[in-house]
Amino acid sequence: MTAGRSGAATLGAGEAAAARPGGRGGPAWRPRRLGVRARRRWRQAAIYLVLGLCAVVYIFPFLLGVGTAFKTNADASAHPLNPIPQHWVLSAFSELGQQDFLRWLANSVVVAVFVTAGRLLFDSMAGYALARLRFRGRGAVFSAVIAVMAVPGVVLLIPTFLVLKELNLFNTYPGLVFPLLTDAAGVFIMRQFFLTIHPSIEEAAKIDGAGIFRTYWSVVLPMARPALLTLMILSFQGSWNNFSTILVAHESPSLDTLTTGVGRLVSGQLGAATQYPLELAAAMAMTVPVAIVFFVFQKYIMRTGEGAVKELRPFGGPGLGRRREA
Amino acid sequence: MTVLAASRLTARFSARRREAAAGWLFSAPVLVLLVVFLVAPIVMAAWVSLSDWTGIGSPFSSGVHSVGLRNYQALLTQPGLPQQQLGESLRNNVYYVILVVPLQTALALGLALFVSRKRLTGRGFFRTAYYFPSITSSVAVSIIFLYIFGTTGVVNALIGFLGVHGPNWFDDPSGVLQLLYSGLGVTQAPAALANHGFLGLPWWQWLAGPSVAMIAIIALAIWTTSGTFMLIFLPAIYAIPTDLEEAAIVDGAGPWQRFRRVTLPMLRPALFLVLTLGLIGTWQVFDQIYLMSQGNPAGTTLTPAFLAYQESFGNQQWGQGAAIAFILFGIIVVLTILQRLAMRAKGSAT
Repeated sequence: MTAGRSGAATLGAGEAAAARPGGRGGPAWRPRRLGVRARRRWRQAAIYLVLGLCAVVYIFPFLLGVGTAFKTNADASAHPLNPIPQHWVLSAFSELGQQDFLRWLANSVVVAVFVTAGRLLFDSMAGYALARLRFRGRGAVFSAVIAVMAVPGVVLLIPTFLVLKELNLFNTYPGLVFPLLTDAAGVFIMRQFFLTIHPSIEEAAKIDGAGIFRTYWSVVLPMARPALLTLMILSFQGSWNNFSTILVAHESPSLDTLTTGVGRLVSGQLGAATQYPLELAAAMAMTVPVAIVFFVFQKYIMRTGEGAVKELRPFGGPGLGRRREA
Repeated sequence: MTVLAASRLTARFSARRREAAAGWLFSAPVLVLLVVFLVAPIVMAAWVSLSDWTGIGSPFSSGVHSVGLRNYQALLTQPGLPQQQLGESLRNNVYYVILVVPLQTALALGLALFVSRKRLTGRGFFRTAYYFPSITSSVAVSIIFLYIFGTTGVVNALIGFLGVHGPNWFDDPSGVLQLLYSGLGVTQAPAALANHGFLGLPWWQWLAGPSVAMIAIIALAIWTTSGTFMLIFLPAIYAIPTDLEEAAIVDGAGPWQRFRRVTLPMLRPALFLVLTLGLIGTWQVFDQIYLMSQGNPAGTTLTPAFLAYQESFGNQQWGQGAAIAFILFGIIVVLTILQRLAMRAKGSAT
């Protein structure tokens, strides 16, 4: 590949990944300036080519999905490579309307709103207590939170079902929300953030006579806006996209969220080959809200990866990240 | 004077008690949630894995009996269908892990290295493009890949340009390694491999490789998660001091050498994190299996996570399903510990 050839004589760490393992490095610069410039231009072009091709691989499936949603069934299977429909039709969407799509949407909104609000409140409270309030047993509570983060989510499917049955919460809205409220990682994020706030501000509030709850609510929380925003995005995305926990928490179709409702649509009918426009229309429609959140809060989302490394390192390495949505 | 000191002391004492009470009060909601919806359920499932509960009534009613370790024995030591299915699911997942973890890590690292270049216009665009699949739900992504890898889908259309007739991806149970063997002329299993096995599965089956159907799911996994892990690599790359890079250039190190000797060692913590998260995540693959294949064709996309679900929710074999979940739990814990030890040993060697 071009990248391999040009990468063998480049500066910077970037291209090294594309360089052939056996490639001889060659001198880093040459006396003839013009040669260097020409080489650099070629190299730059090669890099853009590789990045562009990768971008196509990542974006094209979505374009195809959007385009196919407006195709007829026959068009979808006849022209798989062309995202632009021969004739634009809305039949897939009108069929979605008959499939309870709006009900799934409403259920998804309910679950996402309650889960996000609950996590924001509870995680920030616990995070604040673990970062600032001195009480006996705090270390134990924190260790428990860390330990819980290491439990792989998929192992919890059967346990979640069992406890919901036992508490008579199976097939209820609270049953959909409560299991998703357990979020040790969120507590951890909030705690780490509160540790970075200088305590002097709280001291000032305390001297002014504010109680602990008052200090937390009107002094600390407003300062925690960035962390709360991160947590809000993660929670919304996590609950909106959750499939497996919602799946085991109900069986009544009236409680289906977008993920399980659309999932039923896909896995229910065998020989779904001719229904691609319908399925893709559903897939694209359910992606719109997370896409909007993503583009609005891109800055914060792109920063979360950074947090992961920084936050997990002090504890002797990872293995702590709980990836429910994996 | 003393009175004042005493009252100040009691004031401080009561303030501290109030703080302690507030600490517990603030942590209470999370603690209650964790106990009720995480710890207690795991204990309940542990009991179910030791019981003969069939899904009727409560697992704690008097009609449900303990069967000891029988569910685990049926899965691990007794020849039979449960053991064979567990063996199959483990084989499938092992190949899934072996392919997905290194490929997604390498891809994520490569993308991060490219995207982190200083002189790159459109950096934001590329980053967004690579990351976008990560925020999309597994349901939407599964649908997209069902279409792409469909019989008349994009992948087969592209393969068709090369003059090759693409497979029926999700209906093809043949293992890719087995296809390779038959390409080399080995179509019959050697007797030694056919007659002996492990966990109810002949060695020949263990060596079959991931099925064609599994390959499509593997492609999906790599495509979806590489962006997430790219995001973990990025800050680590930015944290590499530029003078280190320059010093290596002055010393005449080539790009590959610089990558090997400077960049990679500096990225060790991030690499470790990505490998660990990858390992934990890949052993948990469930959504895609449920949505795309339900373990078919011929059990070649069955995974322990899906098998646990199917046995309990589908076949009402709750004891066995819960036992599979705990075996999976054990595998993940053991592998994480092993990987940690391996990385530590390697770290002290260099």
